[in-house]
Amino acid sequence: MELIDQHTKKIMEGCKLRARDAGLKFEDETLEYIVTNRDLLELTPKIMIPTLYDYWVHDVEVLREKGKYELYPHNPYETVINTRPAISFYNDNNPDWLNVMIFYHVLAHIDFFQNNLYYRHTWDYDFTGHALSDKRVIARLRAEYGRWVDYIIEFARGIDNLVGYHSELSSYNRPKTDSTSSLVDYYFDVFLQSEKHVKINVYVNEIERYNKSLTKFGSQGEKNFFSEVEKKYPEFKILFEKHLSEKNVPIRDLLQFLMENSPVLNKSENKWMKTVLQVVRKTSLFFQPQIRSKIMNEGWASYWHEALFLQDDRIKGHEVEFARVNAMVTAMPRVGMNPYAMGMRLFTYIEELSDKGKYSYEYQRIFDAYKRQQFDQQAGSGREFIFSLRENLDDFLFINTFLDQAFMNKYKLFVVGRRLNQDRMVWEYYVKSRKVKDYRKMILDALYHPPHIEIDPDKSEENGALYLNHRFEEKPLVSDYIANTMLGIEYLWGHPVKLETSEVESIEPKQGENGDVTDELDIKWRRVLFTMKDKSLSKENL
Amino acid sequence: MDKKLLQLFHSIEAKGFTPAQEHKFKAELEADGSHDLVHPPEDTSDNTGYHRRGLLASAHRNLYEYSDLIMLQDLRSPLVSYETCLRSIDELLERDRQREQDGFPRKIRVGKLIKPGRRGQGKVVVVPTTVEEKFIHDANFKESLEEGITGGSGDGEEGEVIGEQPVRPGGGEGTGAGEGQSGPHELESSAYDLGKILTEQFQLPNLKNKGKKRSLTRYTYDLTDKHRGFGQLLDKKATLRRILETNLTLGRITDVTDIDPTKFLIAPHDMVYRILSREKDFESQAMVFFLRDYSASMAGKPTELVVAQHVLIYSWLLYQYAGQVESRFVLHDTEATEVEDFYTYYNSRVAGGTKVASAFRFVNETVDKENLVQDYNIYVFHGTDGDDWDTEGEETLPEIEKMLTYVNRIGITIAQHSSDTSGSEVEKYIKKSGLLEKRADLLRMDIMKEDADETRLIEGIKRLISEQPVAAS
Repeated sequence: MELIDQHTKKIMEGCKLRARDAGLKFEDETLEYIVTNRDLLELTPKIMIPTLYDYWVHDVEVLREKGKYELYPHNPYETVINTRPAISFYNDNNPDWLNVMIFYHVLAHIDFFQNNLYYRHTWDYDFTGHALSDKRVIARLRAEYGRWVDYIIEFARGIDNLVGYHSELSSYNRPKTDSTSSLVDYYFDVFLQSEKHVKINVYVNEIERYNKSLTKFGSQGEKNFFSEVEKKYPEFKILFEKHLSEKNVPIRDLLQFLMENSPVLNKSENKWMKTVLQVVRKTSLFFQPQIRSKIMNEGWASYWHEALFLQDDRIKGHEVEFARVNAMVTAMPRVGMNPYAMGMRLFTYIEELSDKGKYSYEYQRIFDAYKRQQFDQQAGSGREFIFSLRENLDDFLFINTFLDQAFMNKYKLFVVGRRLNQDRMVWEYYVKSRKVKDYRKMILDALYHPPHIEIDPDKSEENGALYLNHRFEEKPLVSDYIANTMLGIEYLWGHPVKLETSEVESIEPKQGENGDVTDELDIKWRRVLFTMKDKSLSKENL
Repeated sequence: MDKKLLQLFHSIEAKGFTPAQEHKFKAELEADGSHDLVHPPEDTSDNTGYHRRGLLASAHRNLYEYSDLIMLQDLRSPLVSYETCLRSIDELLERDRQREQDGFPRKIRVGKLIKPGRRGQGKVVVVPTTVEEKFIHDANFKESLEEGITGGSGDGEEGEVIGEQPVRPGGGEGTGAGEGQSGPHELESSAYDLGKILTEQFQLPNLKNKGKKRSLTRYTYDLTDKHRGFGQLLDKKATLRRILETNLTLGRITDVTDIDPTKFLIAPHDMVYRILSREKDFESQAMVFFLRDYSASMAGKPTELVVAQHVLIYSWLLYQYAGQVESRFVLHDTEATEVEDFYTYYNSRVAGGTKVASAFRFVNETVDKENLVQDYNIYVFHGTDGDDWDTEGEETLPEIEKMLTYVNRIGITIAQHSSDTSGSEVEKYIKKSGLLEKRADLLRMDIMKEDADETRLIEGIKRLISEQPVAAS
């Protein structure tokens, strides 16, 4: 890997000035490297993070037929990575005009990384730096513990898609809640409601008594109030303390739970394993936002590379070549889903609507198609609006909120279906639906969504077994993978592990009212419990 | 319809057979077709696949498969050549063995096998693969049914068909075995390496030499001959001995307990040298006959299985005999014919009726004619779906018995049709003959279902080639 030459760097700096003028916000420093085939060979297994820890699976072709992106929710061919400074990679024979286009694309990505709130947890540190120290730690551990380090990495990676990404995020930007003391919060929010289940009039009376006590005794009011409470409920103080101790460590995911509570990992000779788990968890958390903002991120970058390239005065005369490459990147395929094309069009569409003030109550109230079309408040707020979207949304919200029937009609979008023609033994691809409801569902179904698996402390008690509960979302788990994943968890936990999940009992085409077979499926589910004990898996129906 | 075939059919019909058999054989008889080659599409592993043309090119591309390096710069990881990876295959296998000892299940699989092409004979492609198991949703649990699969744009009414794709690409009916589709990152490995992997990874038995060592026309060169006066390497011990002898005869040594080497007379021809010489190589060599039923009933999966297994066996033998394996490929329907290379063997279309005896007879005749027994360990592997117009094995069994007098091993693979529940003709008459028990050291049979996977194939090979019979599962 080599840095780009001074000439090209100068072009990049020019791009930064123009991008900033247009409103993009990003840190000053960036690093651009030329990559050769050889570099790519090493970089792609490490998801373009040059300093990622070594792991043997990186060197093997991995079977990915089942749930490729569920297993590897990150992009091996990223051009720019979300580090401080941001690092981007280039072919060494790109012509200048192409580099200008790519630079704008990259700058828009960096802007997205550094402003979208789903990346909030990656803002305060440089991932490559952390990764490098983690890589060294793992290398050192490997020197000491040999292949066992790789087993621990393997087992930890087996559950790294269950990291509590959203709960991690939710710890940022919380409103400060120091207006009332935690004692008061507990008394009114938890104790009275969940412990005592008091009637509403009792509750209101208590609030009134509290307020009176405050006005009467001022700063001593609260103390006075609770001395009364303790007389009435002698157990209150103990329950409160218990509540505090429980709340101290918010457990966000399975990896963290194991680190805190596993009897095996907390043995003094096994403490090093927790370091490995920590590394795997951190790495996984880092990559979570990328896959959840693919359409937005690529759409945003495509929107800007086009807008900024066409305004750039330095590369006049390359419009035709640009148009060709740009079309290859951002054309809507006849069949298929291109996130660049989709995201870019959606941003453009939203900007246009917002410019005309169509995201407003007045507009929503108009039912006349002609009037709707002609509606224009000259609001001119489009840019501002899409900037706020790039800050606040992820793919799910973006698609779910803004993809509408008018957009579908404008770009002639449809859902493609596939069916078997048995006479001719061909798969037919056909226009299945032009309804926004179906199209939206099709996209949302394709979005990355790991299973939601919780630890059930109530059922975990018996003989140290860990009880995991997979929340039912009308999707079964890939059954081939259950055994080895649970084997890993059992090793890390040191006791049997149970997993409650759902299986398909039968699938049949749903019968229509008059006995016709319809498109819809009638799926019967059953709840099952897997138990991994002493490395062998058993299953029972619940 | 082929007259000869019809005649044959009637002659068998005269002997009578069950309705089920009649149905089966008639189907074969009526299936039109010839044994021309199925040409796999020329190397379709398109490096710039992301810019592929064609309507449906991106139909199955997940939205996460688009990425900047590829879309904007057309940059991607280059393919890895197998030479650079061989070491790592060894390492991987070693690691995997260690896993098992540590009490965890093995993780490396020999993945896809891409079948040999015409160029570069004996080449197969091995992909050591692994999978990282996690709890993930199974998105395909209802895939077989009609589904909205992806997005599209452009004109067309709802319900309008906008494109189609053959269900079985590159074939249609009567294919040879399907061709593997190569993706990026496959390592190409020679059949020899595959054999090595099979032997080590799957603990396929090592072959015992049965004392049939014969000299080949192959020579090795070694410093084995001695020569006096000149040569390549001085043999000091022998030289000293000769000098001593000479000096003793000359009477220059009076007291053997007190020798003064400085007083020796040294004649030039006392110097004994080692000299490079040609040595005949004594190594066992093997001749393998691969017989494949390419009758019409073999269409589809059975052919694929049989051929895939034969690739594996071929590789294994190649390794066992350190490359000293000659292979002959014989295809048969009602008549047997030898083809020149694996490519033809692999890719010939299925058609016609079935007479297993023809293939065995052909091998017997060839062995006889070329006097192969003298020089070779002979292996015969036969792959079929078990259908045979010779329902009682009246012709086949004598041929097999004859073969048993000279072969090292006969392995019969039956890839059973899923509709076949009662067992096929071949299976029945071979079992009935009792040869499997009587000559368990020489004759093995492996029966698998149509839907067997690679692991099952390898299991089958163990059964076919192991020293001790493996109990059928």
